[in-house]
Amino acid sequence: MTTASLRTETYLWLAQRISAIVLAVCVVVHLTTMIVAVQGGLSAQEIIARIGGNKLWLVYYLVFVAAVAIHAPLGLKTVLREMTALPIKRIELLVGLFAIGVAALGFRAAFGLYGLGGS
Amino acid sequence: METDQLSVSIWRGGDGGAYQTYQVPRLESQTVLDVVTYIQREIDPSLSYRFACRVGVCGSCAMTVNGKARWTCRTHVSRVAENGALTLNPLRNLPVVKDLVVDMAVFFDKWEKAMGAFVGDKTRDQALAAVSPSDPKRKEASAGIECIGCGICYATCDVVDWNKDYLGPAAMNRSWTLINDERDVARIPRLQAIAGDNGCLGCHSQQGCVERCPKSLNPTGAIAGLKRHTMKAALKGELT
Repeated sequence: MTTASLRTETYLWLAQRISAIVLAVCVVVHLTTMIVAVQGGLSAQEIIARIGGNKLWLVYYLVFVAAVAIHAPLGLKTVLREMTALPIKRIELLVGLFAIGVAALGFRAAFGLYGLGGS
Repeated sequence: METDQLSVSIWRGGDGGAYQTYQVPRLESQTVLDVVTYIQREIDPSLSYRFACRVGVCGSCAMTVNGKARWTCRTHVSRVAENGALTLNPLRNLPVVKDLVVDMAVFFDKWEKAMGAFVGDKTRDQALAAVSPSDPKRKEASAGIECIGCGICYATCDVVDWNKDYLGPAAMNRSWTLINDERDVARIPRLQAIAGDNGCLGCHSQQGCVERCPKSLNPTGAIAGLKRHTMKAALKGELT
């Protein structure tokens, strides 16, 4: 049913729990910021003005992206294991690619926004 | 009593079977086990079902009653009949032998897989271990020890339904009682047996087992305890 060792399975389980804790904080910050920011209307310029060139926001989004890239693929792995008849190796390949995709797109967006603003 | 007749639809045959409906007279304090016994004795002797003690001790008579797994000897018809009707099926997640009888072998094989047997290192010549009933570990063990092995939690668990290799609530509840038994010497092999996605880490904490356990045990709590122990063992390098 699985190719990972019990120790690896436990580490991955723990990684999903820890990333969930990080996400709980990140999502609250993200939603609060959105609600506050949207008051004056939302535009690309406004987002770039707030986030661009700001090292604190860059670090925040890098952590956020890393947590998503860890948490979501592990959840997807469980969903695919339980809901499909796909062999476990195929599932691990799929979620591995998904993790790389999420991380690549997320980090690109975070660095991209950072690079667009500031002095 | 609402009506003097009960309409009982029972699953007959194996996986390719069908429902058959019987009319059974309603009696005061009638249990679901009384109903199937009446049908077998008075209407259709070919009906197969399983029971032994009739008083909630042996765990033999579990069936699916109106969609929920229950111990039928202690389930009163008045509590579960809907509009004077009962629908009885064999337990879910286990192979059907015939009618209401399932093959429990897989269920008990998983107890073995989860190392559900006590492992001691004392001989009969040594002194008995003095275990305080107020010891926190003993309290954890005592909380789970009353399992009667009826299979209701196993039949209710969706994770068992989705993953045939998942050990299930009862087997892991048993492991948890032994992890907390200070006389037991097989902690690490037992954690090794219940670790991983087919063991405690596969539990989604939906608590169907807790909801349905006729002995009001808390297998989800036991599995959560196993998760903590497994995690610590992995971090210490005790798991492979």
